[in-house]
Amino acid sequence: MVLRYLIEKEFKQLRRHSFIPKLIIVMPIMVMLIFPWVANQEVKNIKLSVIDQDKSTYSQQLIQKVIASGYFRLTDVSESNTEALNSIESGKADIILEIPKDFEKSLVREKSTDIMISANSINGMKGGLGSFYLSSIIQDFAGEIRSELSIRKRNSIPKIDVIPTYRFNPHMDYKVFMIPALMVMLITLFSGFLPALNIVSEKETGTIEQMNVTPVRKTTFVIGKLIPYWFIGFAVLTICLLLAFLIYGLYPKGNILTIYLFASVYILVVSGVGLVISNYSYTMQQAMFVMFFFLMLFILMSGLFTPINSMPDWAQTISAFNPLTYFMQVMRAVYLKGSALGDLIRQFLILCTFAVVLNSWAVLSYRKKS
Amino acid sequence: MKELRNINSQFSIFIKKEFFHIFRDKRTILILLVMPVIQIILFGFAITTEVKNTKMAIFDLSKDFSTRTITEHFRASNYFSIVQTIQNPDEIEDLLKKGEVSLVLIFSEQFEKNLIHIGEASIQLLADASEPNQASTLTGYATNIILRYQQELMNSRQIPYQINTEVRMLYNSQMKSAYNFVPGVMGLILMLICAMMTSISIVREKEMGTMEVLLASPVKPIYIILAKAVPYFILSVINLSTILLLSVFVLKVPIAGNLFLLSMVSFIFIMVALALGLLISTVVNSQVAAMLISGMAMMLPVMLLSGMIFPIESMPKFFQWFSAIVPARWYIAAVKKIMIQGVDVIYVVKEILILSFMAVFLIAVSLKKFKIRLS
Repeated sequence: MVLRYLIEKEFKQLRRHSFIPKLIIVMPIMVMLIFPWVANQEVKNIKLSVIDQDKSTYSQQLIQKVIASGYFRLTDVSESNTEALNSIESGKADIILEIPKDFEKSLVREKSTDIMISANSINGMKGGLGSFYLSSIIQDFAGEIRSELSIRKRNSIPKIDVIPTYRFNPHMDYKVFMIPALMVMLITLFSGFLPALNIVSEKETGTIEQMNVTPVRKTTFVIGKLIPYWFIGFAVLTICLLLAFLIYGLYPKGNILTIYLFASVYILVVSGVGLVISNYSYTMQQAMFVMFFFLMLFILMSGLFTPINSMPDWAQTISAFNPLTYFMQVMRAVYLKGSALGDLIRQFLILCTFAVVLNSWAVLSYRKKS
Repeated sequence: MKELRNINSQFSIFIKKEFFHIFRDKRTILILLVMPVIQIILFGFAITTEVKNTKMAIFDLSKDFSTRTITEHFRASNYFSIVQTIQNPDEIEDLLKKGEVSLVLIFSEQFEKNLIHIGEASIQLLADASEPNQASTLTGYATNIILRYQQELMNSRQIPYQINTEVRMLYNSQMKSAYNFVPGVMGLILMLICAMMTSISIVREKEMGTMEVLLASPVKPIYIILAKAVPYFILSVINLSTILLLSVFVLKVPIAGNLFLLSMVSFIFIMVALALGLLISTVVNSQVAAMLISGMAMMLPVMLLSGMIFPIESMPKFFQWFSAIVPARWYIAAVKKIMIQGVDVIYVVKEILILSFMAVFLIAVSLKKFKIRLS
């Protein structure tokens, strides 16, 4: 009974903040409209600078082949290496293909020739993949020359066909991969920031003392704080699911109820973190900065944008204690692989443990007497 | 002259007042100074797209010399670690679905025989493309290892008409991910912390009601605002220097270019961030709203549209254009150029001009919007 009044009070307070309800609607729309398009690490349109010192038929053919591959865009033609390096420094080019003088001559007469690739590797992945693509195009080209000029019989040249197959996302659509993760991020932001500010804002305005003199029990008080965030979390999730379907035609391969089940536990986890921080802070400023710190940590160390496998071991240990990691695995698995609850029992148990531990902590750390 | 001195002393008193405010709250100042330290260390190491020890499985239908050699090549590379040798094809689906491996390599039957006699043999790579980016990187690396074996084979059998490629990695020959992400993390941390600090501190005075007291004083509002910005500018500069020291000595990202130039660009960027905080504080009335805008709503564009994690040139044209309004984009680009490529000032003129323009524009707008009378 008391709980009902407490919840009613929380909702009234939320409504009075005209800003928050607006944010709950606007932010998911903005995020779902914009970010799936930009969250893309695909390496394409690599800016290519060519130094062709040979200017022969072969060198021209090779350049044509490179451009035709679709990975590269010719943005610069230089006469010398220094000139091409300048283009890299000014950002006009990412990779240099240098064809030496006598390229064609030595290929035909001496049966072998050299070519030089220089890649800007500040972004190691881009540099690495760019030079791989370029080298394999060159090898392909060499293969064509061989079959054209072949002296030996063609079948004596060993060639390995590599056939890649992409499972679960055959079109390699990055949006399909990012959208479930963006939903997780939105739910985390909403159910993390709002509770973190809640108790401490009552502390700052002094209303908490009025709460403290009432006979309301600590557990009831904390539950009363949690339930509104639960609803907000569900509202955000539902908006996101609808938008993903309406805009991108994307729906979970697995059961949608699995998503809601996990979300209901996950929201409690993040709100629990928020309440604990709120309990330990004296001012809203403190609560905000600390929560901000943890949310950045949760988001950036969850494998959302960058793979966990690449992190150093100690960072992987931190990720293992990051609730976002698990919820995101669940969302991606349900959306892309159609996993069912049975496949995700481990994540479910871990999230439940987080929820119980954090919310008990929130109850225990809430002091009625200051 | 006397008037000027008067203003000067008033101004310095206001700044002093702000410092008192900040130092009184020991916990907040500790949070503000320690948070960037932890963030740059954690994220500097942890945000990486390097492919390392990716779990893979091998299904070898021929088990001959060639397949064993290729398997050895995979075992020797840092990119992959072979966690399973598959005996039964039914296992493949399960391994991928449960996420136990990200890549499965399948050698066709009679691999070596086909390779030597027919001259063609095939390898199938099954990648878990629920992470498309990682999947294409993995198949890229795996293909490279396989092709290297093919090259070795050709060399040993003296096949004619070969093109040898020599690959040079510029600026980051060890391919350290930190080189790419540290400038991004710098932009992210500076932007958000500076904007949050200023916006919250001004709105706080509004909420507490002390702002009215300030506005009732004969001091011009511009000085009130400037006095608010100065201490936070100093705090941000302290943060900047700890971040730079940590990236050089802990993350081992050297400063290849001019330190003075780097500092100048950073100062301009900090001004942009402070001005943005100022602007936010003029449009909202509660600390919660200020926080939600400067911390939460701004976090996403700064992370995603700045080129910090996702390269801008991979975005659709419209969003590339859209990303131009994100100040962090220009700052990160400038830091990459100065800090890692070590270029001269002429190559970063564009970034500096855009950032300066943004700073002036934001300050002008927020001064205009700053209301002398509160409702």
